[in-house]
Amino acid sequence: MADERTTGTARVKRGLAEMLRGGVIMDVVDAQQAKIAEDAGAVAVMALERVPSDIRRDGGVARMSDPSMIEGIQKAVTVPVMAKCRIGHFAEAQVLQALGVDYVDESEVLTPADEANHVDKWQFTVPFVCGATNLGEALRRIGEGACLIRSKGEAGTGNIVEAVRHLRSILGDIERIRAGRPEERYAWAKDLRAPIDLVEEVAVRGELPVPLFCAGGIATPADAALVMQLGAQSVFVGSGIFKSEDPSKRARAIVEATTHYEDADIVAKVSRGLGEAMRGEEIGTLDVKLAERGW
Amino acid sequence: MKIGVLALQGAFREHVEALTALGAHVALVKRPEHLDQVDAIFLPGGESTTIDKLLDSSELREPLARRLRDGLPAFATCAGLILCASEVLDGRPDQQPLAVLDVTVRRNGYGRQRESFETPLAVRGLADGDFPGVFIRAPVVDRVGAHVEVLAEHDGVAVLGRADDIWFASFHPELSGDLRLHQLFVNHYS
Repeated sequence: MADERTTGTARVKRGLAEMLRGGVIMDVVDAQQAKIAEDAGAVAVMALERVPSDIRRDGGVARMSDPSMIEGIQKAVTVPVMAKCRIGHFAEAQVLQALGVDYVDESEVLTPADEANHVDKWQFTVPFVCGATNLGEALRRIGEGACLIRSKGEAGTGNIVEAVRHLRSILGDIERIRAGRPEERYAWAKDLRAPIDLVEEVAVRGELPVPLFCAGGIATPADAALVMQLGAQSVFVGSGIFKSEDPSKRARAIVEATTHYEDADIVAKVSRGLGEAMRGEEIGTLDVKLAERGW
Repeated sequence: MKIGVLALQGAFREHVEALTALGAHVALVKRPEHLDQVDAIFLPGGESTTIDKLLDSSELREPLARRLRDGLPAFATCAGLILCASEVLDGRPDQQPLAVLDVTVRRNGYGRQRESFETPLAVRGLADGDFPGVFIRAPVVDRVGAHVEVLAEHDGVAVLGRADDIWFASFHPELSGDLRLHQLFVNHYS
């Protein structure tokens, strides 16, 4: 048969997200951390210059990473490499696509570049993941072409409470729409500020049209088991690994807890002797809430 | 007949849904005791290096390799194919394939995600036209053993085949919305 190939279809873009299910995606800032993450069983790594807790501490404008740093990580590992662009910064996204990153995270962890518009993600061959705090935000991002949704949580805090709130909000509303009557979907679309066709799809499927992962504040194996039981399909771990005492051991433990999230004996076994977790912060004490970025 | 789906990581849910839609009795396999109860197994796509490590921590490597060698019918897709291969090129040095299928595969041989693609495949013995091939960071089958029956090729490379009771696809029938390959396997062993 002649070589006939169609790239960049919704099916192959969403398909990679399906392949990442039940896995852990780890933030890494250099090739050495990327190797540690891959050795521990990460399904993918997120290449960025500073983990969220350092971005939070340092302040200033946080931007896309230096291409040479991303390329160094691509050379170091065989698993998929993701990288972040600023909200609405389609030129950064174009650069990341040109570098051949496997997934772009249009992320609130970086300083937004546009106060009204997100990237038109349908224009890209590379798939996008976007954060959401509620179902309306998730469906607006999917309407713009996102192939994977993650909770925003509150990145860089080591505090799981916001991610739990976001997951419960998204999954709770999905369940209410599914259980509701068809004529109520128009009011849902209006209240959520979401496209009606996506509300219809959620009502019929009883889930988002794309996978839902958890991010923002995961620091322990039990955190991973908690959000997986709540209905997340994979976890992103940012500062929680490389800001802890023994990153390699903690990374392996979170990988195992994500697979065996329903088996408390295994979660207990891998939780032993991990050393200090990252210190963490109370949400009430924060000056900047990253989850409020994005529209 | 109970069909297991290895559920350590990856796209196992899609295989469960496809098999359930065909009326098969399906069970997730995460621990050795789950493996004892199944008469066939699907090895799904996902991240092969991750699944490789989880086979050890879940104590499944030995029992799974033994049952596959003893003739447990299996359908291995994408990362599942890498798991079964006798040789893996461009993998991690510590990756230990189960070596139950006489093929050599090259990991990510088609390239990165931007090179992931769809293409129609002509499958030998499959009625009703081409099968939609969905290739996602797929492995390239570099060599097939003399004993391997190739059922479909793309661009001169084997993408679907079987050797004894181990079937393999370097693409993702479970993402295609087309149940014919799952049906073929289920019918063969029912």
